[in-house]
Amino acid sequence: MVYAVIAAGGIGSRMGNLEKPKQYITLKDKPIIVHTVEKFFVKSCFQKIIILCPDQWVSYTKNILAKFLPENDKVIVIKGGSTRNETIMNAIKYIEETDGLDDDTIIVTHDAVRPFVSARIIDENIEAALEYGATDTVVPATDTIVESQNGATISSIPDRSKLYQGQTPQAFKAKLLKELYYSLTEDEKAILTDACKIFSMKGYDVHMIQGEVHNIKLTYPYDLRVAMALLEDKEIK
Amino acid sequence: MLNTVYRLTQPRKFEIAFNEIDIFKPEVIVRPLYLSICNADQRYYQGTRDAKVLAKKLPMALIHEGIGEVVYCPDGSFNPGDKVVMIPNTPVEEDEIIAENYLRSSKFRASGFDGFMQEYVQLPADRLVLLPDDIDPEVAAFTEIVSVSVHAISRFDRFAHKRRNVIGVWGDGNLSYMTSLFLKKFFPETKVYVFGIVPKKLADFTFADKTFLTTEIPDDLQLDHAFECVGGNGSQVAINQIIDYINPEGTISILGVSEYPVPINTRMMLEKGLRMFGSSRSGRVDFVKTVEMYKQYPDIVEYLSHMVGIVKPVRNIKDMMEAFDLDTKKAFGKTIMKWEK
Repeated sequence: MVYAVIAAGGIGSRMGNLEKPKQYITLKDKPIIVHTVEKFFVKSCFQKIIILCPDQWVSYTKNILAKFLPENDKVIVIKGGSTRNETIMNAIKYIEETDGLDDDTIIVTHDAVRPFVSARIIDENIEAALEYGATDTVVPATDTIVESQNGATISSIPDRSKLYQGQTPQAFKAKLLKELYYSLTEDEKAILTDACKIFSMKGYDVHMIQGEVHNIKLTYPYDLRVAMALLEDKEIK
Repeated sequence: MLNTVYRLTQPRKFEIAFNEIDIFKPEVIVRPLYLSICNADQRYYQGTRDAKVLAKKLPMALIHEGIGEVVYCPDGSFNPGDKVVMIPNTPVEEDEIIAENYLRSSKFRASGFDGFMQEYVQLPADRLVLLPDDIDPEVAAFTEIVSVSVHAISRFDRFAHKRRNVIGVWGDGNLSYMTSLFLKKFFPETKVYVFGIVPKKLADFTFADKTFLTTEIPDDLQLDHAFECVGGNGSQVAINQIIDYINPEGTISILGVSEYPVPINTRMMLEKGLRMFGSSRSGRVDFVKTVEMYKQYPDIVEYLSHMVGIVKPVRNIKDMMEAFDLDTKKAFGKTIMKWEK
């Protein structure tokens, strides 16, 4: 079975003066998170769509999803964890307790603030996760990336042709992800940036899925302007 | 739901745009799978349409021939995963006399509004016809143009007198191939003669009873009825040849599109008491009939598969442009985009 896991953990601190967490900001008459959830809602392959958000936003999220989606029993809102990976573990725990986990249970994890994800990207993540166990959606890096050990001078400039920028979704065999995560030491957990790293740290291949440059993450006010331009929208509501 | 649309903004330039799909609307959401390029799309892409027409219609997503997979259907008339052919004609009213494709109020995909070059297409359920699961998707992709032949033949059957010993089909291109193939299936007792100018192309009409070069038509040849599938600059010669060879009271079906008025021999048309009718596009009833014919006669799909020219997987805008550019180089057949957007 396949589950969507939408991480809506943002508290909005980076989104200028807009007081709500960024996933709740309105874009083209709907909160961003609704646009994102819709991309998964229309696909029948998802057994459930699990949205994880900060504790104090659970009721709010339930209310807006009830308002903006047709009546259904497959969209679930639960509390996220203290880190992204703890949030994903909460989703896996929920799946385990409700439907049970097996070797082919797939979770497709996605940022609530990436509403431009495409059907192809979602499908390819599911197919590749079933075959390889873990996937990451990426686009080739366009900017030169520099590394600095001291924050003041460049220590190296990696070859850009081998660099990619990570997007989401990322998809995993949920049972394997859980086993690998709980086998990590606290020190290992502390340096995790995302769930893909769990697989690579443990020597597993993570299959790359071709993303799209327009699969942008709406992090800064600038991003919201770009999103509105893409939608030919004129005003922030 | 945000939906990616790939619009032609000016000749030879596709750009990404986004529209909103209302998932509360009682319509079906389809993911396009195989899209077929038509000459009409190519005229927009190449910019060979009148500048005023281009200015009025663009930006617009091209393609009106295609199949897809049902993703979401709120009223349950289709199941997710169903393979369907999409009907580009979109009527907004019904008329007891005038067919949906002739109503002036009807809209048409990739002509009056966005065609199928989209991530998802949202359509009313009656704009979809279920396909058999095992159908060759590359053939099913151009069902729309096949249904145009089926539509013209159905109208011919209504209009023409019943003596149908020999029917002539002028043209050696795609439309002629499909029309003559379906004529043989609809009227198995009728001899179908095909008239063209390229011997190599005519050689592919193996199901026809006879083929002729238009420069070598025997003087004593007689036809009860005829279909003109030439169009363009060849329309005049083709229609006048038909008028010369057709028997009195025969019916001529015009299918070839010409940008210019065509002078025809009206004196002989009157003398012979001929009937001439035009057909354009098709409607739901024609799509249903076409799909039924696919099921009833699997060899139709086999013959039509010979029309599949280039199959181009499309994952980005560069692939779209390559597909349209490759399409201009083909002599015969259809260019299919395996839509992976």
